[in-house]
Amino acid sequence: MRTGKVKGIISNLVIVAADSAVAQNEICHIRLGKIFLKAEVIKVIGSDAYVQVFENTRGLKVGDEVIFQGHLLEVTLGPGILSKKYDGLQNDLDKVDTVFLSSGYSTDALDMNSEWNFIPLAKQGEIVFAGCWLGEVKEKNIPHKIMVPFKLDGEYQIKSIAEAGRYKITDTIAMLRDKNGNEIEVSMVQKWPVIKPLKGYREKLRPYKLLETGIRVIDMMNPMAEGGTGFIPGPFGSGKTVLQHAIARQAKVDVVIMVACGERANEIVEIFVEFPQLNDPQTGGKLIDRTVIIANTSNMPVASRQASVYTGITIAEYYRAMGLKVLVLADSTSRWAQALREMSNRMEELPGPDAFPMDLPSVISNFYARAGEVKLLNDKSGSITLVGTVSPAGGNLKEPVTEATKKATHSFYALSQSRADSKRYPAIDPIESYSKFLEYPEVVLYLQQTIAPNWKTEVVKMKDRLLQGREAMEQINILGDDNVPVEYHEKFWKAELIDFVVLQQDAFDNVDAFTSLERLYDMQTKIAEICEMHFQFSSYEEVGVFFRSIINLFKQINYSIYQSEEFKNFNRQLDKILNENKQTV
Amino acid sequence: MKINKQFKMQSFKKIYTRVTQLTKATCTLEATGVGYEEMALVDGKSAQVIKINGRNVTLQVFEGTEGIKTDAEVMFLGKAPSLRLSDELGGRFFNAYGEPIDGKYKPQGKELEIGGPSVNPVRRKQPFDLIETGIAGIDLNNTLLAGQKIPFFADADQPYNSVIAIVALRANADRIILGGIGLSNDDYLYFKNLFTNTDMPERIIGFINTTEDPAVERLLIPDMTLTAAEYFAVEKNEKVLVLLTDMTLYCDALSIVSNRMDQIPSKDSMPGSLYSDLAKIYEKSVQLPSGGSITMISVTTISEGDITHSIPDNTGYITEGQLFLRRDTEIGKVIIDPFRSLSRLKQLVIGKQTREDHPQVMNAAIRLYADAAKAKTKLENGFDLSDYDKRALKFAKEYARHLLAIDVNINISRMLDISWNLFKQNFQPDELGIRKKFIDEYWTKATGVIEEDKNSEEGNMSFVNTSFKQRNKLDVKWQ
Repeated sequence: MRTGKVKGIISNLVIVAADSAVAQNEICHIRLGKIFLKAEVIKVIGSDAYVQVFENTRGLKVGDEVIFQGHLLEVTLGPGILSKKYDGLQNDLDKVDTVFLSSGYSTDALDMNSEWNFIPLAKQGEIVFAGCWLGEVKEKNIPHKIMVPFKLDGEYQIKSIAEAGRYKITDTIAMLRDKNGNEIEVSMVQKWPVIKPLKGYREKLRPYKLLETGIRVIDMMNPMAEGGTGFIPGPFGSGKTVLQHAIARQAKVDVVIMVACGERANEIVEIFVEFPQLNDPQTGGKLIDRTVIIANTSNMPVASRQASVYTGITIAEYYRAMGLKVLVLADSTSRWAQALREMSNRMEELPGPDAFPMDLPSVISNFYARAGEVKLLNDKSGSITLVGTVSPAGGNLKEPVTEATKKATHSFYALSQSRADSKRYPAIDPIESYSKFLEYPEVVLYLQQTIAPNWKTEVVKMKDRLLQGREAMEQINILGDDNVPVEYHEKFWKAELIDFVVLQQDAFDNVDAFTSLERLYDMQTKIAEICEMHFQFSSYEEVGVFFRSIINLFKQINYSIYQSEEFKNFNRQLDKILNENKQTV
Repeated sequence: MKINKQFKMQSFKKIYTRVTQLTKATCTLEATGVGYEEMALVDGKSAQVIKINGRNVTLQVFEGTEGIKTDAEVMFLGKAPSLRLSDELGGRFFNAYGEPIDGKYKPQGKELEIGGPSVNPVRRKQPFDLIETGIAGIDLNNTLLAGQKIPFFADADQPYNSVIAIVALRANADRIILGGIGLSNDDYLYFKNLFTNTDMPERIIGFINTTEDPAVERLLIPDMTLTAAEYFAVEKNEKVLVLLTDMTLYCDALSIVSNRMDQIPSKDSMPGSLYSDLAKIYEKSVQLPSGGSITMISVTTISEGDITHSIPDNTGYITEGQLFLRRDTEIGKVIIDPFRSLSRLKQLVIGKQTREDHPQVMNAAIRLYADAAKAKTKLENGFDLSDYDKRALKFAKEYARHLLAIDVNINISRMLDISWNLFKQNFQPDELGIRKKFIDEYWTKATGVIEEDKNSEEGNMSFVNTSFKQRNKLDVKWQ
């Protein structure tokens, strides 16, 4: 056993005099009375190891015992992860039965006594590599693959594999033999250090599929691609959390990992309460069945915030290796960056911009690089789509975390304070935001095939109309209502129509919250039709009155179930008004 | 001098007399067996361990190090700052160390270190208990729930302390605990008089640091306050309301300490850990499964409405919304600004526990108020107003007077009725963008007339229980 002694303490940074060799990022336990505090080595000078403690260090003394664990920070992978509520270090919070999280608590990540119905997928004698599927068990609604441990290097032969049947999670379900004849027992549980990407795939692919969210301003204006990356920066109160929750509820994926990194506890509680009740439209199960929650709320120890995002992405990589579509939502990566800043400051490192550590951009880009769609060893594919939120200080998008994230991601959903102030939710600014996926030929082709042949052209036109509307509004504001041609008002109101009907969406209304691609196409066709129409208005005041009335009708339509009687009724009323006002050329 | 008698008796503790280093706020000495964050007395002054490096222990002296000699007597107390907890705290006022400042006896009880562990997220209950205040700017537009944490963002000249005092007295809380951080003596006396003159003065507890006390002591106030709050919420299942004013002064004290510790400041000279420091406090608000709860209403003073400053900015990211006070020159009253104010938890109750039209009416009114703001800009720029603009402006003025002003005291149904009347007075149904279902029901019922002022007294009564009635009759003086 390698040990050490506490030598110095500054908040959660502890200096340990180590008795023998230690590794960078090695985990150690510091004894504080009857409990052990978990810590990670982050710097070594001579025989002094600087460790960041994942807990409160109150009461710690010089000379307290430290035991090095010989491994990095690891997650435990195996069936039973889905619907779990973990903290940043993968402790199962449900297993902590006290109201308060007292210092030094620790639990198993999985239910070690659970039993699963195992079905072998591989045969005796086969040659396998790390990540190859040996068998599967049914976890909630997904086929959970039991894979060759990712820590194994090179090729192995299956010496034996368990027959179909019920096994304990820790039972040996296969024996592997390496080239030298050494035998390795494989159970359903394996471990992996979170800091290293979990590979076991053949190649990474370029994203080409749309990831449907049901949120109109995303799906239509700035689509997210499966296996892509995106981020949502926004000042507080601009609706980041509501938007993220909507994505988590509605996205068409198999598994959702929500990492609450330094955010409000009540927001997580909302998920705890709602997700077990909401149906997952894809499997018929409950939403919680496909969700894993990593809750490291803002009052929980700072050091484990950083761990929480890595714990989340590693679990995602594990499920991706089973050929599943995984969505990771990290809220908020700024808190993680702040945790890095606090540590860097305590270690008296030379600071970069805004006192953040110099290597922040590379840390962020390495993290986002772990997303992507991959082709597995068996030619099946799996994907991780990664969406992070950023909480820019003072709403300023020029701050280091936003800038670094912008470079590392492909789509950008800028939440605007002014939209939020006027309650235009979701407050995604349609003009500031972008999705580079709209420039990917393979994505465009996919949209053509799944929505409509002219889809991208129409989307671009929509954006242009919004821009024209904004320009018209500026002119009106400068020159006054009377002093601009009536067409300016028409342009402005056409943009308002798109804003109110397409961009704004009521996340709390059962019908309006989710728009299918079919309905979205319908809506777009109708709006485009109106935008192409010419109307005869005698004064600018008429323009507002007319558009307000059709916006009102569209709102009623948005609240009605697609193709219901009510829906059709409002549509008929709309057509009637349009026909009455249409200028006959 | 502030010597704690109880501490003094612990004479068996080892006394050190060789201080090796002195700065404005810290002193360093050689000592062994000292725990991190342990309290100590340096020549009778309270101090806390903030850094240990081998044998060198650095202490933060709360009152400052003026007059401390290199041979000062240093005694370690073997515990972090703590508070004795029992029902005897009720009706009392204490300083930052939990010592009485009201001239009465020192309460007994179980001693507990302050700043304890956080609540397990899975043991929290989702907030559900609506707190009615009678103020439409809150109840209608930014509904509060027990277990919520929300600050008032106010400029220094606004009556924020009166507002939180009134909100506290009207809210149906079992216990009100005031954390006064750098309160002026006048404000302290205002709170003290107001609270001791209610019919249940034992409901109130205060932990007070005034401007006359050392600034760094302020750092202990929130944790003292919340340790007491947790006792009553967890052990006694009470609905506790915590008032913290002014959190900006708390942050200033943080920056003083970090500066003296030679830490690299981040934005606005604030320590890089500001977010975590504030989160540790605010996240103590909770709805417990046993029924007890801690609700936090704080004040963060801001400078000329600037919320991009680090303090309001970090606060806003932590709290569940914020309430903005603003003076509306049009009606000459302080209102709760509907644009920038927000209650994140309101979605859990509005339209569910309150009338079904609540969410849509609230949103429509704010949207129309925004239209009025645009019209006002037009007017200021010398442009003609359209008919709609004029109606929007008229609406906005009445809306501010009848609903947004902080001196309103009516129940939520009445607030909704007034909104419908204002809609009918100024607009057509299709200008509202409200669901047809609600238009059908409420537009027809609305008279379009607002009865003047007969509301305040009776509306008030409809949501306070008998024991609260008396309190509400108290003539709460506005500063």
